[in-house]
Amino acid sequence: MDVQSLTAVRLGEKIKKKELSAVEAAQAAFAQIAACEKTYHCYVTVEEEKAMEQAEQVQKKIDEGQLTGPLAGVPVAIKDNMCTKGILTTCSSRILGNFVPTYTAEAVKCLEKAGAVILGKTNMDEFAMGSTTETSYYGVTRNPWNPEHVPGGSSGGSSAAVAAGECFYALGSDTGGSIRQPSSFCGVTGMKPTYGTISRYGLIAYGSSLDQIGPVAKDVADCAAILEILAVHDPKDSTSVKREDTDFTSALTGDVKGMKVGIPRDYLGEGLDSQVKETVLKAARSLEFQGAQVEEFDLSLVEYAIPAYYVIASAEASSNLSRFDGIKYGYRTEDYEGLHNMYKKTRSEGFGEEVKRRIMLGSFVLSSGYYDAYYLKALRTKALIKQAFDKAFEKYDVILGPTAPSTAPKLGESLEDPLKMYLGDIYTVSVNLAGLPAMSVPYGIDSQGLPIGVQLIGDSFQEKKIFRAGYGLEQAREDQDLLAPVLRKEGR
Amino acid sequence: MAREYETVIGLEVHVELATKTKIFCGCSTEFGGEPNTHTCPVCTGMPGSLPVLNKQVVEYAMAVGLAANCQIHQKCKFDRKNYFYPDNPQNYQISQLYLPICHDGWVEIETEDGKKKVGIHEIHMEEDAGKLIHDDWEDCSLVDYNRSGVPLIEIVSEPDMRSAQEVIAYLDKLRTIIQYLGASDCKLQEGSMRADVNLSVREKGSDTFGTRTEMKNLNSFKAIARAIEGERERQIDLLEDGQAVVQETRRWDDNKECSYPMRSKEDAQDYRYFPDPDLVPVIISDEWIADIKSRQPELRTEKLERYKKEFDIPQYDAEILTSSKKLADIFEASAAICQKPKKVSNWLMGEALRLLKEHNQEPEDLNFSPENLAKLIQLADEGTINNKVAKEVFEKIYSENIDPKQYVEEHGLKSVSDEGALRSVIEEIVAANPQSVEDYKGGKKKAIGFLVGQTMKAMKGKADPGAVNKILQEVLEK
Repeated sequence: MDVQSLTAVRLGEKIKKKELSAVEAAQAAFAQIAACEKTYHCYVTVEEEKAMEQAEQVQKKIDEGQLTGPLAGVPVAIKDNMCTKGILTTCSSRILGNFVPTYTAEAVKCLEKAGAVILGKTNMDEFAMGSTTETSYYGVTRNPWNPEHVPGGSSGGSSAAVAAGECFYALGSDTGGSIRQPSSFCGVTGMKPTYGTISRYGLIAYGSSLDQIGPVAKDVADCAAILEILAVHDPKDSTSVKREDTDFTSALTGDVKGMKVGIPRDYLGEGLDSQVKETVLKAARSLEFQGAQVEEFDLSLVEYAIPAYYVIASAEASSNLSRFDGIKYGYRTEDYEGLHNMYKKTRSEGFGEEVKRRIMLGSFVLSSGYYDAYYLKALRTKALIKQAFDKAFEKYDVILGPTAPSTAPKLGESLEDPLKMYLGDIYTVSVNLAGLPAMSVPYGIDSQGLPIGVQLIGDSFQEKKIFRAGYGLEQAREDQDLLAPVLRKEGR
Repeated sequence: MAREYETVIGLEVHVELATKTKIFCGCSTEFGGEPNTHTCPVCTGMPGSLPVLNKQVVEYAMAVGLAANCQIHQKCKFDRKNYFYPDNPQNYQISQLYLPICHDGWVEIETEDGKKKVGIHEIHMEEDAGKLIHDDWEDCSLVDYNRSGVPLIEIVSEPDMRSAQEVIAYLDKLRTIIQYLGASDCKLQEGSMRADVNLSVREKGSDTFGTRTEMKNLNSFKAIARAIEGERERQIDLLEDGQAVVQETRRWDDNKECSYPMRSKEDAQDYRYFPDPDLVPVIISDEWIADIKSRQPELRTEKLERYKKEFDIPQYDAEILTSSKKLADIFEASAAICQKPKKVSNWLMGEALRLLKEHNQEPEDLNFSPENLAKLIQLADEGTINNKVAKEVFEKIYSENIDPKQYVEEHGLKSVSDEGALRSVIEEIVAANPQSVEDYKGGKKKAIGFLVGQTMKAMKGKADPGAVNKILQEVLEK
């Protein structure tokens, strides 16, 4: 098997056994980047020189016995909305086109402590606003299963890079499905943990009360191992939670016997692609066959999740993105007269259409006279959605459903109708509103040859149940590896 | 018949808290660093940075609230106030709108018209902004974020004040409370205490409020008093003229003694306040409140009573000594060392206040150690130095905090009480002034004064006046 096809954990084992060095692993990643990047464009910035240096240092520490973790020496790609000291961090926006942070995001620091080698920064929808990675100022990313199709978004660069073997795992961020949906579209596994599990310090905020960093990887075991490294309490993030139950890999038993699984009937109705639906039901049958109890139930309030999400996320974004003003860092317009004109031109030129749309929407819902009708109502809706999940989790260990209503659309299809694009988030946003953990696991391939992911949702802090069920699904899956064609061709 | 008007005033007072670090990061709050040296990603609004609340800010805010008889919101929250300005690195200020930490309190003030309660609407916590500096040479503006994120509390009063006198009494009361709590030094000139005045006028007897204006840029008690008088007259003139007062923010120019409109209500910005999602609600337990209460230091009223009882100091003196925490601290510390409270009080009430006035300073600016004042009192009491010299030495203590013992030694200021030396000088003086001696002996007892003066002159002021008198009399009686 080719190095590029290895999961992060298997590569880590090989490095530990000295079958391969961290330097060779990084070289393999850069070889794949050289071969594929032109086609897929997963990265905004590739940092080969720095990465090779880091790989040497990491290997030295492994040899000296200072680095013993399961992922020591494994190369990683970081979504370009996480600050990396000395490495360009753009959020795929023109307005941060020259922004080189003076500090590193806490999540990235955790990985570095565990011996990660940072390959570069992955492409995304501008400021994580979008579902296709087409709103990036630096060009679109293409789906490794079919370059005519989008990789999903906003963590499309991370998901595509994992699928194409241009890294061994990646960090994404998920505000309304931005890890899970591209993972589903690219046939990789992506996990959004419980809000507060991974420090947001250094993650450039979109919707602060919803944003959460998470792993994107080739399989469930990788996600569990990565999350073990990332789930660290950080006093620099007031919303960071102290957790003791972070031995996630202990949940990879392959035994789902007795688990109670609920499928929201509301998730299987109108708007869901029939092949996706069939895949969800197939996953349900598999869990049942393995001894889990599976039943359908009414979750309710599903139709309110999208409006509530877009009101809250946009409101927070309108404030979060106000710091990009041309004063302190980033892009500043060339010609201007006075301060006001500078602000106006800088922001008009620096932000793309989708970002401006959400800033305007967010500013509107926070305006005096509209605050109660929109923002407060959205917050109340959020609380009710959380209650609906609480009720469901009194009965079920995990909820199973689709990650997205369809497989990856073709490039250019989504941007014409933003409302339609927003509706594509229907199965993912409520998880963020309720602060819950959820994972997308690849489970099938549609008639166009595009991957289909299924989503497992857990109660707060119940990631282990998700890993347990997800691992069970994965073990029983017909196509064990479910690799993108680009890796299959080379691998077999 | 001329109509009679009543002035209605409410105050918004910003106080910079005396924490060592900023409200949402670990940067120093110290004054006077090189521009942008007390900064980090958080207080310069770097992408991805997050605020973490400084617990000491909550404790100071609570302490001030409790001292001002406020209720505490035991679950209080921070909100973002959104507006664009370069001194504000995030383009939003973290403040409290919906659930401020303290609400519904009062303080009692006393003026010539007697005692009165002024209501406190709320006290909230917020962060200060940076400073813009215009560079005329390069014709550009520069920004220094050293002050960005310095903690403030804003104390919002009810519109309960009716005169400049009441406003000053209220501000003085707040300042004393806050200084006693150690929550701030409250220096108006340096901006650690700033007041915005909301003022309206109405016909006497009316029970509805007139249209108010808000005045900014008031940096001394005198400026506040003048601004109130000026604005009162401006509004009355408008009304007498049949015109309406416009609700607006005005800037007071204390040199020209008039105010200018800054922005009207129509241009008022919509701050789009909403709860800051980066901060969790502050949960204040009953125990925490009790703990703050138990740690509350002795406040002015209690201290004043204690001084009268413990040190047998008259009401007026006790009032002056306790008017400033600094003055009271020096008094108590010096008195504890030399065990002569009355003498310490005399020095502070007399020389220290005189020098403060002369230097146009406030008691908070006193910079000498109580040990040095105590030593000085000791030296004077022992007769090591005379009164005149003591006053000179005190000035040195005041300005340079010198050690009086060492200073007296080094400058040879000790009184000469060596009888032999003094006697021989006096004998010379007596011999050189036969006329005065004759006058004295002829019954003009006053003539001795001239001889004492001559002796002191010869001794360059260092003689102990008691000893001079005694020996002189002996010599003359011979």
